Parts: sequence; structure tokens; C-alpha cells
Amino acid sequence: MKFGILVNEGPYTHQASDTAYHFTAAALKMGHEIVRVFFYHDGVNNGTRLGVPPQDDRNITTRWCALGEEYKLDMVLCVAAAQRRGLLDENEAKRAAKDTDNMAPGFNISGLGQLIDAGIQADRLMVFGD
Amino acid sequence: MSATKKLLYVNRKAPHGSIYALESLEVVLIGAAFEQDVSLAFIDDGVYQLMLNQDTSGIGVKNFSSTYKALGDYDINQIYVEKESLELRGLSKENLLPLTWEDEDDDWAEKDSIQVVSSKELTDIIEKQDVIFSF
Repeated sequence: MKFGILVNEGPYTHQASDTAYHFTAAALKMGHEIVRVFFYHDGVNNGTRLGVPPQDDRNITTRWCALGEEYKLDMVLCVAAAQRRGLLDENEAKRAAKDTDNMAPGFNISGLGQLIDAGIQADRLMVFGD
Repeated sequence: MSATKKLLYVNRKAPHGSIYALESLEVVLIGAAFEQDVSLAFIDDGVYQLMLNQDTSGIGVKNFSSTYKALGDYDINQIYVEKESLELRGLSKENLLPLTWEDEDDDWAEKDSIQVVSSKELTDIIEKQDVIFSF
């Protein structure tokens, strides 16, 4: 089956991102296809490479990165939501004259059309949020 | 692009207090360009999103309620509001924004976009969808 994944909450505060990760990893392991993982609302915060969680805790961002790399996942942060919350890739950081970008490797910034497209392409769109 | 799918946006949160309503509306407007069969449902505190006479001046955030009135121009005219959610909050359809659309097959007659439906009817509507965006 082809799944689209929508992650609507940020890391650590809410369970949603963890559950989305576990679902995605399990689906891939079982041979299902993931059309796209789309991060919206505070979900864009999953894509920051500047998070430094305690060593004895999971690192939600690097966990997504590793899964993304292993399965060549299309992991997209909504550009409007990302800009609001200070999630910038190299281009956006330059354009806004900020002193750094903060996007973790494997994440991309794109528009909301990518979310609609994931919904249309997938057999099931799974929404993870509150 | 695949064949047309039935897309339902489920709006569950109050318009203010969190950003879900505003950012959900952004998805709806962008998604309109994809020419799918779109409908919106408002349940729980989500029914407050459609309240008439919203005034956000006291909280210093943008009042985006007038944007809902543009939905008809985007050919989004299947708007379901759950009856039980309205009643629990002491509201009725008269308290909601008059959302309309113009039917080009009926000499551009102005028609009501909002349908108040029971929880049971909404269940049947949800059952018929291909894609559900829940916010």
C-alpha cells in the first residue's frame, strides 16, 4: 500500500511525531511505500539540526534523517509554516539575511501543494497530530 | 495526475488559541488549485471558526474569518457543520457566517454552502471520502 504521512506536531512535546516515525518505519519494513512525509504546523520543528536532546533520550530529528536516508524518503517541511517558525534551509536563510540555516540533512522545504499531492497519490493519508 | 478524489478537511479547533484553523484554511485554499472534490467539516470547537462577528482586536492577532466567505469563489461549496457540536455550544446556523456559492448551471443562483448535519450523517459523509485532512 502507498501511504502519505502528515506530521502536525513538533518533537518531544507531543507523541505525534514519535508515533508517525514508528508507523513509517514499520510500514517500510513491511514493504509498503511512503509517498511523502509532510511536516506541517509545529511539525516543521522536527527538521531542525540544532536540537541537542539529552544523550539518554531519543534524537527525533536524527532518527528521521536516518530513516530518510535508508529508504530515500521524500521529507518535506511546509515553507510557510517553516518560515513562521524559523526553520530555514540554506537558500531561505540567505534570502532572509539570517546568520545560519538550521535544516537537518534529508529534509526539504516546499509548498503545501506537496501535501495535497501526497493525499492524492497515496492510497491512505495518515495524519499524526493532536 | 490521478482521477479526481474526494477530499475532506475536518476542522476541530477554535479559530484562535492555536494556529490549526488558520493553517488549515491555507491548505484548503492551496488545495483548491488541484480541482478535486473538496468538502469541509466543522466539528467540536471547530464550529467557532464560522462564527459571525468575530473580533480579534483584544488578542492582537489577525481576524481571518472573512476568508471563509471566499471559499465559494474557489468552488468549495460542500461545508458540513455538525449539529451536535453547535447545540452543545448553544449555537445554531443563524450564528454562523452566511457562506454561499453561485451555481453556474442554475443561472448563477446564489446557494447556501453550509449544511448542518447530524453526527450520524457526518459519519456517512466521512465514510465516502478518499482523503481526510484532520486539523
